[in-house]
This record gives sequence, structure tokens and C-alpha cells, in this order.
Amino acid sequence: MSKVHIPGPLRPYASQQADVAVKGNTVGAVLLDLVARHPDLRRHLYTEDGRLRAFVNVYVNDEDIRYLEREATAVKDSDTISIVPSVAGGWHC
Amino acid sequence: MLRIGHAHYEALRRHGEETYPHECCGVLLGRMEEAGRRVVTSIARCQNTREDSPQNRYQIDPRELIRIQREGRERQEDIIGFYHSHPDHAARWSPTDLAEAHWFGCSYVITSVEKGKAAATNSFELAGRDEQDKQLVSEPIEVG
Repeated sequence: MSKVHIPGPLRPYASQQADVAVKGNTVGAVLLDLVARHPDLRRHLYTEDGRLRAFVNVYVNDEDIRYLEREATAVKDSDTISIVPSVAGGWHC
Repeated sequence: MLRIGHAHYEALRRHGEETYPHECCGVLLGRMEEAGRRVVTSIARCQNTREDSPQNRYQIDPRELIRIQREGRERQEDIIGFYHSHPDHAARWSPTDLAEAHWFGCSYVITSVEKGKAAATNSFELAGRDEQDKQLVSEPIEVG
């Protein structure tokens, strides 16, 4: 099983766990297993039409899946998947 | 409420002076206590990756966030908030700050830097249950 690291703000929807062990050979499968185990996470990660929200960054170890094969990116048991909401802003309106 | 030591508080304000007239940004690490109280035990400076508009926008590279998060966990610290500066603008959140805030239950600290000198510093908690009802709510900062 792979490990998904859950950021603090999402832990209330994942039984307060910082790491969740999940099954799956791709990032997409891993994330679907994650939301199957913790259904309350779904609306925070996915839009209503089932796409990953734009501000949700997903990394396999230190690699952004946008620069790999997105949700088709292969995952090994030893991999750590990190969910990292983006951090941005500024006074510009 | 946010509790932060004097040295860390001054360090994040100085960071805004050093990057002026550009926005600075960084991460607050520490622990969440009961009743929404966040205690800062260290801060991590980050590079502002908004090279197209650094005078009024900021962004932290997610890869840098992952590294900071990993190093923090080795010290039993968690990410509890972020800071940035508003060069020659008030220490109030902007519509952009709210639209791009996604870490619920965390503190967003803003320092106004006027003509290169740090002025007011305020903190806001990202409150709400989801993107539809989120709001940045002013919270007291306890320094010391």
C-alpha cells in the first residue's frame, strides 16, 4: 500500500489521520481509494463533475503529477503521495 | 488566536522589509491547541514565485511547502499558517487573498510595509467549512 499525506486542514475529514494507507497502481486509483475510505474528503478534493480542484496540488514523492502523467501517474507501494493546497494571494484585486 | 514569539514576529516583519517593494511570503509552523489557538514554534521563509507581479502577488512553490512540511514533522511541528507582506498597502486581506486561501483553520498573517518599513501586522483565520462559505476572520496576535 502507498501512503497519502493529509494536510492539517483536511484531517477532520480523514478521521484526524496525518497519513492514510491506500491501495492503487496510479494516482487516480489511490485518490479514489482515499475518498472511498473517507467520503467527506471528496468535495474538498474534487469538483462536482469529478475533476481534481485546481488549487489541489498532488505530488508523488517530490514530483508534481501535472508534470508526470497526472492522475495516470504510476504509484509504487513505497511512494508517498502528498496533497498540498496552494498558497498564494497578494493585495492586487 | 495566534501566539508567536517576539523573535519570530520580528523576523517575519523584517522579511517584508528585505523584499520591499515586493511581497514576501513564508510558513508558520507549530501546533494547534484547543479553542482555535495556534502556537508558532518556528517560521520558514519562502521564495515568492510570482515573478510576473511580485509587487502585489505572492505564491509559494508547493514543492517548497512539501519540504517544509516534511522537515517540520521531523520536529513534531505542523503547518499552522502563512505570512506575507503588502508593500505600501494596508495589513488587511484583499479579495485575492481570500480567493487564494485554501488552508482552513490556519492563520494568514499580513504585514503592511510602508516605504520599506514594516508597519501594522494583522492575522486572519481562514474560517468556514468549504470554498463556498470561507471567510478570513480577524484574530488577535499574542506576541511574546
